[in-house]
Amino acid sequence: MSRRVVITGIGVLAPGGVGRKAFWSLLSEGRTATRLISLFDASSFRSQVAAEVDFDAELHGLSPQEIRRMDRATQFAVVAAREAMSSSGLEFARLDPQRCGVSVGSAVGCTMGLEEEYRVVSDGGRKWLVDADYVVPHLYSHFVPSSIAAEVAWAVGAEGPTALISTGCTSGIDAVGHAAELIREGSADVMITGATDAPISPITVACFDAIKATTPRNDDPEHASRPFDATRNGFVLGEGAAVFVLEELEHARARNAPVYAEIAGFASRCNAYHMTGLRPDGREMAEAIRVALNEARINADQVDYINAHGSGTKQNDRHETAAFKRALGEHAYRTPVSSIKSMVGHSLGAIGSIEVAACVLAMEHGVVPPTANLHNRDPECDLDYVPRTARESRLDVVLTVGSGFGGFQSAMVLARPERRAA
Amino acid sequence: MSDRTLTIDDLKRILRECAGADEQVDLDGDILDTEFIDLGYDSLAMLETSSRIEREYGIKLDDDTVVSATTPRAFLALVNGS
Amino acid sequence: MTTQVVVTGLGVIAPNGLGLGQWWAATLRGVNGIAPVSRFDASGYPARLVGEVKDFDPAEHLPSRLLPQTDHMTRLALVAADWALADAKVDTSTLPEYGMGVVTASSAGGFEFGQRELQNLWSRGGKYVSAYQSFAWFYAVNTGQISIRNGMRGPSGVVVSDQAGGLDAVAQARRLIRKGTPLMVTGGVDGSTCPWGWVAQLASGRLSTAVEADRAFLPFDARAAGHVPGEGGAILVLEDAEAARRRGASTVYCEIAGYAATFDPRPDRRRPPGLRRAITLALEDAGMSPEDIDVVFADAAAVPELDRIEAEAITAVFGSHAVPVTAPKTMTGRLYAGGGSLDLVAALMTIRDGVIPPTVNVTPAADYGLDLVVGKPRDLPVQAALVLARGYGGYNAAIVVRSIG
Repeated sequence: MSRRVVITGIGVLAPGGVGRKAFWSLLSEGRTATRLISLFDASSFRSQVAAEVDFDAELHGLSPQEIRRMDRATQFAVVAAREAMSSSGLEFARLDPQRCGVSVGSAVGCTMGLEEEYRVVSDGGRKWLVDADYVVPHLYSHFVPSSIAAEVAWAVGAEGPTALISTGCTSGIDAVGHAAELIREGSADVMITGATDAPISPITVACFDAIKATTPRNDDPEHASRPFDATRNGFVLGEGAAVFVLEELEHARARNAPVYAEIAGFASRCNAYHMTGLRPDGREMAEAIRVALNEARINADQVDYINAHGSGTKQNDRHETAAFKRALGEHAYRTPVSSIKSMVGHSLGAIGSIEVAACVLAMEHGVVPPTANLHNRDPECDLDYVPRTARESRLDVVLTVGSGFGGFQSAMVLARPERRAA
Repeated sequence: MSDRTLTIDDLKRILRECAGADEQVDLDGDILDTEFIDLGYDSLAMLETSSRIEREYGIKLDDDTVVSATTPRAFLALVNGS
Repeated sequence: MTTQVVVTGLGVIAPNGLGLGQWWAATLRGVNGIAPVSRFDASGYPARLVGEVKDFDPAEHLPSRLLPQTDHMTRLALVAADWALADAKVDTSTLPEYGMGVVTASSAGGFEFGQRELQNLWSRGGKYVSAYQSFAWFYAVNTGQISIRNGMRGPSGVVVSDQAGGLDAVAQARRLIRKGTPLMVTGGVDGSTCPWGWVAQLASGRLSTAVEADRAFLPFDARAAGHVPGEGGAILVLEDAEAARRRGASTVYCEIAGYAATFDPRPDRRRPPGLRRAITLALEDAGMSPEDIDVVFADAAAVPELDRIEAEAITAVFGSHAVPVTAPKTMTGRLYAGGGSLDLVAALMTIRDGVIPPTVNVTPAADYGLDLVVGKPRDLPVQAALVLARGYGGYNAAIVVRSIG
């Protein structure tokens, strides 16, 4: 008898507002949170647009010590984890810490804290032999991003299997998939899982400038993220976190927990092609989708909504469109597809989890979030991308996908638990 | 406009530094009209190379024209004409 | 019936030896790979000793196309993966593309590459940042590059849990094999021997500041005062035992029989640390009892408090002086994610050859109650070994490997 895994708690910290209510109102209203970068002076960079979180760590309950030792990405994760715990109704005191694990995704870890400290110890880039005298005690925690998962474990009191999953831009799906697997195999009954990234700093902006992956649409930041639109010219960097409480279904039922969705299937594949490039045919992503649906024992024609990776780069959106057609056949044309990156940007490793949150909220509300800024569809992207306005629709089965540097392609199937026969 | 001309030998040197050289390709042969992709250089290699040339030669190359220059001959014409 | 997962190929790149044969011979001889830092001038830093991979010319092993886009640690990982696949005598072109995957661990990414690009950015400006920076430093780079180089399109992954990652990655690879992927390339490699990586490691407060190579890294010794960091690691080829038989795999080193991971409670909770539980759960997962284990490869932090916790965990499960314990990492320094994997390879070789590699330079403190194999190797038929690894912040991992008989 296989163990089933459900989501019983959600915490979101995304551009446009902290908390899942603010997040959902942004998505369902089709508003965008992209703007000119305010976190640092980006005026010398090619791309100066980003989707930032207006985040006040103290206001969100972090202590001065936590603020000092945690990178921004870590702070996001801890705040989102606390929201997830409280929304699940799971009580610390009644949780068996040894049966509770943590799996957090992050593509670039504590890059922001690292860069800040680098500037100091190198005296603004002047010294190759950086100065040990100016090192802060928590620099090692920035050095090893596993510190993020450790902080989450401490925040929720978990003592079970704990890991940071770092598969680039699919980290946020893969971390949740990993957590679900640990529950299924019996290594844990509860997993605190999700992903975080806070990459809006000069080095990250510069490295995406160097490969022209981010949009230079600096004169119109609110409309800069344009997935599937013919005028798209790169993604908009974002930041944020989403964290979930995952539970074994019977464990959740025994305590009358709110059940948001079941993690019905998950798979990942590699394209073994190129560190940053994608083959136009979408083969490996299609394979990941096929395997994830198979694991969920759900037919392709039962998919009610696809949350696309939809980064808004020329090659991604075509690659993905090809993958959906390859995996779902004719049903791809009948299925609404949308990219919330049009509204909250692309927060690298975090976005996969933020998108899982969007899917769960979409199921809860019976509303498909739109693709903002989509006016003129790329002729090679010929599916129904739900342009600009959200759409009411009962959603029983939702597919979310991700694609990232390193060639990673991941797919996850979420379903109403009653939708699937045991 | 740069006051220096980028020669094919300069280009070969910069390609080697920025992206190495494919073992199957004789970079020292006549490559002027061979597509970069057939020389083993993908878009990433060309981005790194263009960026180095922009800095060394103090020029600015347009994003789209760099993509359209698919052979060393076309690339040299582009750089030396800018 | 759970799928049996076996190790069929090993690739080692270590401070005291390049390649499996050279490293293992050096390890049995007790050759110390710890020496003054040579990759940069460390004379101004409080810690000056390191386990560097020596005599490694990447151009000898890798195509020049890969060199400008790879950090030192990725070059080490790519070469170790090549060697592991060669050792397994796998012709990847004959295997189904989705039937092979890669799971690696790296504790800190491509730090030297990252330092160079940070310097370019802050001293000269954004236009000087390399196009390769977008992936060359990040934690997923080794998995991506290994999968591309070898055409592996199956499920892949990257785990980051400091030193524990070297075992966690292998466990994740085993999990993926059990879910249906016949062959996985896995293991940990690290290499942050650059000034920026150095000061970050100094911040942990756990680096040894000793200046003599034979007195610098002394786990379970009364003189223990921190560790020497190192670089390198090991890559393993894991296969479904049945699939390995079918393809006629020439060497089957061992079975990955058991695994568990736990996390320490937050320090202020006053609950017991998680290492003992990791050992117990890994034994349970293997269906074995403590008497079945012939040797323990210790995490060996060389921080007195951490040594005490590990010694207590080992003696609580096995009894005082009841099982040989060793730490060949005293010859290499702690390789972070690479360390867990390298210890795992040492355990496999111990089973193969019936000889336990020594812990060097250490005079065991009596009160730990450990039967530490010190000074010289110990001949002993070994059927099963336990390998332990801990990561900063509270990560514990344990793997049981067992002879396939």
